Amino acid sequence: MSQQREAVFPTRMTLNLMRTKLRGASTGHTLLKRKSEALTKRFRDIVRKIDDAKMKMGGVMQAAAFSLAEVSYATGGNIGIEVQELAKQPRYTVAARQENVSGVILPSFEAIVNKEVDDFKLTGLGRGGQQVNKAKYIYGQAVDALVELASQQTAFVLLDEVIKVTNRRVNAIEHVIIPRTENTIAYILSELDELEREEFFRLKKVQRNKQRDAEKLQIAEKAEKERLAAQESDAVQSVEAESTTENGAKNDDMNAFDDDADVVF
Amino acid sequence: MSTQKSNNRTLIAIIGDEDSVTGMLLAGIGETIKETGERNFFVVDNKTEDNEIVEAFTNFTENKKDIAILLINQHIAERIRPLVDAYQNAFPALLEIPSKDHPYDPEKDSVLKRVRKILGE
Repeated sequence: MSQQREAVFPTRMTLNLMRTKLRGASTGHTLLKRKSEALTKRFRDIVRKIDDAKMKMGGVMQAAAFSLAEVSYATGGNIGIEVQELAKQPRYTVAARQENVSGVILPSFEAIVNKEVDDFKLTGLGRGGQQVNKAKYIYGQAVDALVELASQQTAFVLLDEVIKVTNRRVNAIEHVIIPRTENTIAYILSELDELEREEFFRLKKVQRNKQRDAEKLQIAEKAEKERLAAQESDAVQSVEAESTTENGAKNDDMNAFDDDADVVF
Repeated sequence: MSTQKSNNRTLIAIIGDEDSVTGMLLAGIGETIKETGERNFFVVDNKTEDNEIVEAFTNFTENKKDIAILLINQHIAERIRPLVDAYQNAFPALLEIPSKDHPYDPEKDSVLKRVRKILGE
């Protein structure tokens, strides 16, 4: 996967584009990495707190269960059914507050107790009213602890997810996007180099052809000149030959061949 | 990304044995809607079938949109363990609590299991 490159035309414009992209990717990579580190730090704090709180919760719930046992002893019966039937309106509710950790919104629950609501005013009126009140108080505290734990746990679940996503992004940039962009840049550069070499070779070829043509032309001109010169001297000689009638007969024959194209020396 | 709405979630719900539910109700978390008789607590006893627990659990986690925290007794969570372990949502927050007869066992808690894994213990 990472060895692939993007399907682009190898032009200078694309090269610039890819370079910008690479720069952007590295900036994004460092930023995301820092975000992930910040989140992980927070995450570790929460994890430790949850670990402690969960262990403590056992003790709190134990105390609460004990107070309820006292209630059933004092009232001399099971108040469960009565309580279940009387529960009409919640006295203890929670509100979610929001907290921002490096762009991640973490809710934390806040307990809201509505003092006006009390569904169990009459519970234990006959017997064990004191114990019922004590149990109410202790269970209230237990719920406080549970709400606190719940907010930490919610933060834990959310952070876990966000950290996973962030790490996935960091890895994707590091192992896929950056190598691929680099490959593309390398590809464009090699293609451009290749084009340049081709162009250079073509120019050299043209240059050589031009030179060869020029040389040919020069040689041809030279030959033409020589021929003209030879003709001139021929004419002179023939004039001279005509004046020397006896000796020049052989020479005349030889020079006459010069004009004949079929004769090769 | 989990951008779940949390604004309207104000209630604490509980699935538990009679004592745990009674205790929590004494603290004042209970709500009964007059018209429908719908409640935010579910009592599990010896006669309760597993599928009833599953039904209550899915009802509290998926259908009722006003629950912020869902408490469940650990020994009851144990009966529907696969469902609890697979539960990943942030809202409602799922909290396993100990009950009178069943002391808290950190090894079984679905969140604590993940916590321990991360701490590398």
